[in-house]
Amino acid sequence: MRVRAQIGMVLNLDKCIGCHTCSVTCKNVWTTRDGVEYAWFNNVETKPGTGYPTDWENQARWNGGWERTKSGKLQPKQGSKWRILSNIFANPDLPEIDDYYEPFDFDHDHLKSAPEMEAFPTARPYSRITGERIEKIEKGPNWEEILGGEFSKRGQDYNFEGVQKEIYGEYENTFMMYLPRLCEHCLNPACAASCPSGAIYKREEDGIVLIDQEKCRGWRMCVSGCPYKKVYYNWETGKSEKCTLCYPRIESGNPTVCSETCVGRIRYLGVMLYDADKIQSAANAPTEQELYDAQLDVFLDPFDPVVIETARADGIPEDWISAAQESPIWKMAMEWKVAFPLHPEYRTLPMVWYIPPLSPIQNAAEAGKIGMDGMMPKVEDLRIPVRYLANMLTAGDEAPVVSALERMMAMRAYMRSKTVEGVIDEGIAARVGLSGRVIEEMYKIMALADYEDRFVIPTTHREQVEEAYDLKGGCGFTDSNGCSTGTSKVSLFGKTRKPLKMPEAM
Amino acid sequence: MFPNLDINFVIFGVMPYVALTVFLVGSVARYERDPFTWKSSSSQLLRRKQLILGSVLFHVGILTVFFGHLAGLFTPVWVLDALGIPYALKQWMAVLIGGPAGFAAFIGASMLLHRRLSDPRIRVTSSYPDIIIMVLIWIQLAVGLLTITQTLQHMDGAEMVLFMNWSQSIVTWNINAWTTVVDVHWLYKLHIFLGLLIAMLFPFTRLVHMLSGLVAPFRYLFRSGYQIVRSRRRAPLARRGRNAATASQAHQRKTSDTQPAE
Repeated sequence: MRVRAQIGMVLNLDKCIGCHTCSVTCKNVWTTRDGVEYAWFNNVETKPGTGYPTDWENQARWNGGWERTKSGKLQPKQGSKWRILSNIFANPDLPEIDDYYEPFDFDHDHLKSAPEMEAFPTARPYSRITGERIEKIEKGPNWEEILGGEFSKRGQDYNFEGVQKEIYGEYENTFMMYLPRLCEHCLNPACAASCPSGAIYKREEDGIVLIDQEKCRGWRMCVSGCPYKKVYYNWETGKSEKCTLCYPRIESGNPTVCSETCVGRIRYLGVMLYDADKIQSAANAPTEQELYDAQLDVFLDPFDPVVIETARADGIPEDWISAAQESPIWKMAMEWKVAFPLHPEYRTLPMVWYIPPLSPIQNAAEAGKIGMDGMMPKVEDLRIPVRYLANMLTAGDEAPVVSALERMMAMRAYMRSKTVEGVIDEGIAARVGLSGRVIEEMYKIMALADYEDRFVIPTTHREQVEEAYDLKGGCGFTDSNGCSTGTSKVSLFGKTRKPLKMPEAM
Repeated sequence: MFPNLDINFVIFGVMPYVALTVFLVGSVARYERDPFTWKSSSSQLLRRKQLILGSVLFHVGILTVFFGHLAGLFTPVWVLDALGIPYALKQWMAVLIGGPAGFAAFIGASMLLHRRLSDPRIRVTSSYPDIIIMVLIWIQLAVGLLTITQTLQHMDGAEMVLFMNWSQSIVTWNINAWTTVVDVHWLYKLHIFLGLLIAMLFPFTRLVHMLSGLVAPFRYLFRSGYQIVRSRRRAPLARRGRNAATASQAHQRKTSDTQPAE
């Protein structure tokens, strides 16, 4: 056993209202620079839909993540090391920027600088790459917002696998949900594995996956290697960039920007202890449906005395061990089993987990006739097909998703009974394998979601490894090169940008 | 000022040392001072069209040609003699391997240059050095291919030996090295001059990614496993048997090296 700690995240999709505050605050902090204006370290997709970049979940097309070869070996789906190196001149699996969208802005200046004209001046779109006028915007960062576009396109959604999807294109049967996405900070990151330069690494102390900007050479294998398409190539600097899990904030015990600003309070951050020795075998489980359970098996019980002793020996600080014991991630993923990894079949052992959303009863007219299991409707009668959620969260295994949804419905029924009728109905809890006490704790954490319950983040103990005196007057967190920003206007090695070409009044 | 100064001496006697010095010092300085700018500057994300075929043709071709030149020019003549390889045979090999490879590189470079100049996305995101070096390489490939027409007129290998002597004299600090190539055809001279010029510009352009490209395969292939974990620990932890350690064992061990940091 080799104990390591990881900051994990859970997103309660049941409460996501799709407001994009996470995306916008993230963008304002991290990706307003040239070259990554098209990149959203955090984005929110409307499902069903093909997402951003288009069709990202379809690994038959993009070859992201890992695969188990016929001989039982685990290797990146884009190929072994030799294969990856042979694609270094031109990467056949790399998306083009149009697969995300051509970044655009609007010529707002024209509104105030236009001369007197017959027609009212408008702010026309122009490309953020070339500065040229864009006649028609073909795609944006959230092109399918609230089921935008026709079903024939959105229906290409990979999660419809094994679902009779045609009926969900009909107006009466349609369903939707939001899926906020960010880097998964995987236990078995495919981006790091694909990097020939060795620039991508996982931090031992908190599991955050980062790209060393000084070692990145722009071979762009990570972009195609990541099955979630959450590594972005900065076309201005020629380096790859990705979500940093706001590590400067995490290190000081603060939640990430996306979590902090989430108005629906759907995000949770906490410590998970895991056994690093088990990662290889867990990621290499023989069948895809075993991967969810295999990953659960990697996590270590923070209350187990043997685990605690080993964690101490492995240098896990005491406050990290106690944070692991109070971790909301542990409770939701391991104790209550209501949170699931996103696409475990990619074999990356992702660490951003999702609580599946409940949805209205499928057919209101038949609401009286639907199967009532005590006080609760059947999960199968919910509007979002269980198989759809299972394809997203458990490689198609419906049983764990059904159990989670039942527990969430039981939580509602139990609390309704308690607060409306004043009756504590242990029977409801027992039916889903829980007790009233556990359900009330679930309610406190998942429904009330106080700040302190959502974010249990111990600070990083840099004081134990760094001389604070030496860092005095330093630059803190910078892009690269000490105090330099990495781009320079007058430099033999840098380059200047040409000004944008603006449309002119005729 | 220097009435007797021979331009051949400047280009073939002095310039190689200037070029090599700029190449070495410039590359080291850039790697040390500004590693953030050390990159391939791939533009594949912005436009896939013409890149896949163009880039593969160009890179495979030019690497073959590059290593062909390296091996061909710097293999001592006595090694050829010892192995009993006739000069003519070596020259035929150079033409038959380098010719098609150079041609492939030329086609690829043409595609890449056309793409760089004509595609608005690539054009506007190109720096001047990006364009200058691409044009230079394109011309260099064209001149290199044209020298084949001269080479085919004398396939005895004698002239090739001149170039071998020249390059080997340069690296062995022979001050008279330049005299060996004074009388060769001007196409060869232009080819050498452009080659030295490209070496001089090397540290100031995206060409530096070539050095990383030569190292990357070794680092990647010899990296144990796939993953990299970095630690802030001063002393890495002791290795423990897989799944076998108990807490008490873990306590007894002293910490020592195993962490696969970096």
